[in-house]
Amino acid sequence: MSSEYASVVAHQFDDIEQQNEASTLGIWAFLVTEVLFFGGLFLAYIVYRPQFPEAFASGSHHLDITLGAINTGILIGSSLTMVLAVRAAQTSNRAALVSWLIWTIFLGLAFLGIKGVEYSHKFMEHLIPGAAFQYEAEFAHHAQIFFTLYFAMTGLHAFHMIIGIVILTVLAVMSWRNRFSASYYAPVEVTGLYWHFVDIVWIFLFPLLYLIGRH
Amino acid sequence: MAQHIASLKSYYTVFTSLLVLTGITVWVAFMDLGALNNVVALSIAVAKALLVILFFMHVRENSQLTKLFVGAGFFWLVIMFSFTLGDIFTRDRLPVPQGWQETKSVLTISNSSPSPHH
Repeated sequence: MSSEYASVVAHQFDDIEQQNEASTLGIWAFLVTEVLFFGGLFLAYIVYRPQFPEAFASGSHHLDITLGAINTGILIGSSLTMVLAVRAAQTSNRAALVSWLIWTIFLGLAFLGIKGVEYSHKFMEHLIPGAAFQYEAEFAHHAQIFFTLYFAMTGLHAFHMIIGIVILTVLAVMSWRNRFSASYYAPVEVTGLYWHFVDIVWIFLFPLLYLIGRH
Repeated sequence: MAQHIASLKSYYTVFTSLLVLTGITVWVAFMDLGALNNVVALSIAVAKALLVILFFMHVRENSQLTKLFVGAGFFWLVIMFSFTLGDIFTRDRLPVPQGWQETKSVLTISNSSPSPHH
């Protein structure tokens, strides 16, 4: 082990490579449970949509495809800034690391802001499932299933983003204090993997919720 | 974790591809292709997810053990989906055993159930 890494390798590891591999494997073990966690909601969607295709298509028409598409672009952009932050850490570029992390936080907040606008529209249009739900009589009952899934899936996704933004904020402060460099940046890499996973969930939510039955 | 540092150009290429694929999926959604709409939308989503997993998440450069974990996660997802759907969407096709009472699928929700707000 070179002395460069001596201070950053925990005593249970042989070397920095083994420690890095353990970090990556650990976050993936967590992400696998997340795949199955969100998978349950996707499964509920797949079970119900073929039974009520018209109600689901009708519900989809009430979503704002423009805001959904803009948010997809914003999230993809935040994945780019995240990967650039990791690269800045790999090249020990502290200024770039801090600024790319702040960009990622900013794009994450922009996504949540647009999501909030969409939620408030749904609230005003009486599209929140429950006692106040109002809908065309034909699909009044089954469209509630679509909107329940819409709020459960996008809500859980937004909750993951809020957690991600909190972690990114901590990382930005740590980066500012020069805690990361090419010899140690596992927290940045691991947070990046989490952030990209949240992006992937949205990549599937967008077509399933916003695009179905659009034609 | 990647010791290898990917080029900036590769990241920008993946980013541009993801945006182009998003544009295509929105564009195709407005065309009526029948059942093909679903196939196209999900194929594009899978392609986008693979780009993110392989390039942004550096899985290409990870150890075999990490790749095994990633693969196992999606394999278990396939088990969950295929067993559940295999049950639910074949219930009506199997004959009702003698002496059993025939009922509608448990998932069929009556349109006439009480709903006081309409």
